[in-house]
Amino acid sequence: MPENNDKNHWLDDKGNVDKIIWALVVICAGLLCADFFYHKHTHFAFAAWFGFFGWFGFICCVGLVLAAKEMRRLVKRNEDYYD
Amino acid sequence: MIEFLNPALILIAGGLLIPLLLPNLRAMATLVLPILSFWQLCTLPYGNHVEIELLGYTLTTLRLDKLSFVFSIIFHIAAFLGALYALHVRDTMQQAASLVYAGAAIGAVLAGDLITLFVYWELTAISSVFLILARRTERAYRASMRYLIIQVGSGVLLLAGVVLHFQQTGSLAFESMGVVSTGTGLIFIAFGIKCAFPLLHNWLQDAYPEATVTGTVMLSAFTTKLAVYALARGFAGTEALIWIGAVMTAFPIFYAVIENDLRRVLAYSLNNQLGFMVVGVGIGTEMALNGTVAHAFCHILYKALLFMSMGAVLFRVGTVKGSELGGLYKSMPYTTLFCIVGAASISSFPLFSGFVSKSLILDAVGTDHYVLVWLVLIFASAGVFHHSGIKIPYFAFFAHDRGLRCKEAPPNMLIAMGITAFLCVAIGVYPAPLYALLPFPVDYQPYTTAHVINMLQLLMFSALAFAFLMRTGLYPPELRSVNLDSDWIYRKGLPAVIKRLVLIGGRLRPRLLKELRRRGKYPVVWIYRHHGPKGYLARTWPTGSMVLWVAVLLGACLIFYYI
Repeated sequence: MPENNDKNHWLDDKGNVDKIIWALVVICAGLLCADFFYHKHTHFAFAAWFGFFGWFGFICCVGLVLAAKEMRRLVKRNEDYYD
Repeated sequence: MIEFLNPALILIAGGLLIPLLLPNLRAMATLVLPILSFWQLCTLPYGNHVEIELLGYTLTTLRLDKLSFVFSIIFHIAAFLGALYALHVRDTMQQAASLVYAGAAIGAVLAGDLITLFVYWELTAISSVFLILARRTERAYRASMRYLIIQVGSGVLLLAGVVLHFQQTGSLAFESMGVVSTGTGLIFIAFGIKCAFPLLHNWLQDAYPEATVTGTVMLSAFTTKLAVYALARGFAGTEALIWIGAVMTAFPIFYAVIENDLRRVLAYSLNNQLGFMVVGVGIGTEMALNGTVAHAFCHILYKALLFMSMGAVLFRVGTVKGSELGGLYKSMPYTTLFCIVGAASISSFPLFSGFVSKSLILDAVGTDHYVLVWLVLIFASAGVFHHSGIKIPYFAFFAHDRGLRCKEAPPNMLIAMGITAFLCVAIGVYPAPLYALLPFPVDYQPYTTAHVINMLQLLMFSALAFAFLMRTGLYPPELRSVNLDSDWIYRKGLPAVIKRLVLIGGRLRPRLLKELRRRGKYPVVWIYRHHGPKGYLARTWPTGSMVLWVAVLLGACLIFYYI
């Protein structure tokens, strides 16, 4: 199949990648709005706060990546470190 | 089939006999034997079946109940799918080792006493090491020796624990024990090593990515889940496990974010998923244990699927380093699709398998009001989506097209991935059959509006965070590197200390010898006092303490031999 591999793929266009990200933003907004329309039965009071899982997930991921980035300064070594 | 034949023996004997078969029949045998063994398993009723007398002790080598049945089933499925994935391999060592390894894991799950458990426990260690050795590189050889020493070390601790436990209780039964004595403590640590508890974990990330393309798929299924089974059997409700498990879910994901070798990223996320199961065992309620078993079942499938997809990349491209990959969706569209199914399952997207199993554990944690643990698990759920759900498919198949053009994975790999992916979706869409297999009755509905929306919020906002970090350039790039983890202690730290000691010792030797000659007579008197006819050490000692010291010495020998 190599001859098919070099045709232009939909994702090769930067504009289409932007479209995916905007779609993601719209989905996230929609999921936040969904919080108005159902009743949460939660084990903890704070989990019933508006959009809790959304913003908690966002903060966790950004925090995780930034912390890992800092950790890299401490633990990163050359590939042949153990050789 | 023969009545009450242990299914494990079909696989083990088959594995040992494989080299005697004609070369073109061997691959077929690796497929047929798990089917035969599975059939045998299904003919067995629940109960203790095979009891043998050995030196006056009764050993139950075949016990079937709900817990051992469900683990035996998933181990058989994994053995079959692993064999299908490896159908193109013409390496007798791997074929034999895979079967013996799967058989040993099933034998351990079906073991009704601790001695039988120990025998199969060690057999999993010894057979699985060949899957790493079969890579036949210097690097893999060294990793396999580290792996073997740690795995055998776990067995040594297990045996010491079993002997002490037997001495105290007079029982060899493998049943709920709890950490109540030195013996059970040692057994707990032995299980903990195989389960990759924090700081005892690094053999996993060290060895699995060094195994062969097909070997890693097999390895990912058995060893650690056997340990989860053993913990669920012996230590359900041990509170320490809740905290150990919570740490396990959280800390590997930091490494996963910065790790470059994508199979090693998967090894870190394997460790993180084990954490969820360990928390479930620690909670120990019926719902939590159901969650642990269900999660182990689903996890074996989606983790195998992810390792299969990365294995296919390694097989075709020759590397799985994030820094070298990208754009492979153009060459390997089916592998990409299957990888995404695995990624969605491990991230517990609704309609995928992880969703229906992890929810049980999260709900059990919530029901018991462990706020902090619950928050850590939610954090880890977001994190696992971030590194396994997005990072793996993104850096391998999308990201920057590096111009790599290769063939799609071989048909047998695609079929194995296809079946595994189908199972991941099927369980997610229709969890009832899985729930019916669980050890306790399930009264749980995963698909409620609130639950689906909350999970989607968590996952979609995590995806948004990834997009945000990528677009702003904050996301750390994939770099060729190794990251120091606890294996540094025995790969660099201890050898450096020993080297220094040898150096100092060499310098001091002449002075020491002189001193020794001068003061030599005092120790001789001292030794006579302790070891002479009336000495303390000449008395009869209890066998238990002797075994403990032998275990300590063996353990020390292992460590020093390695260093």
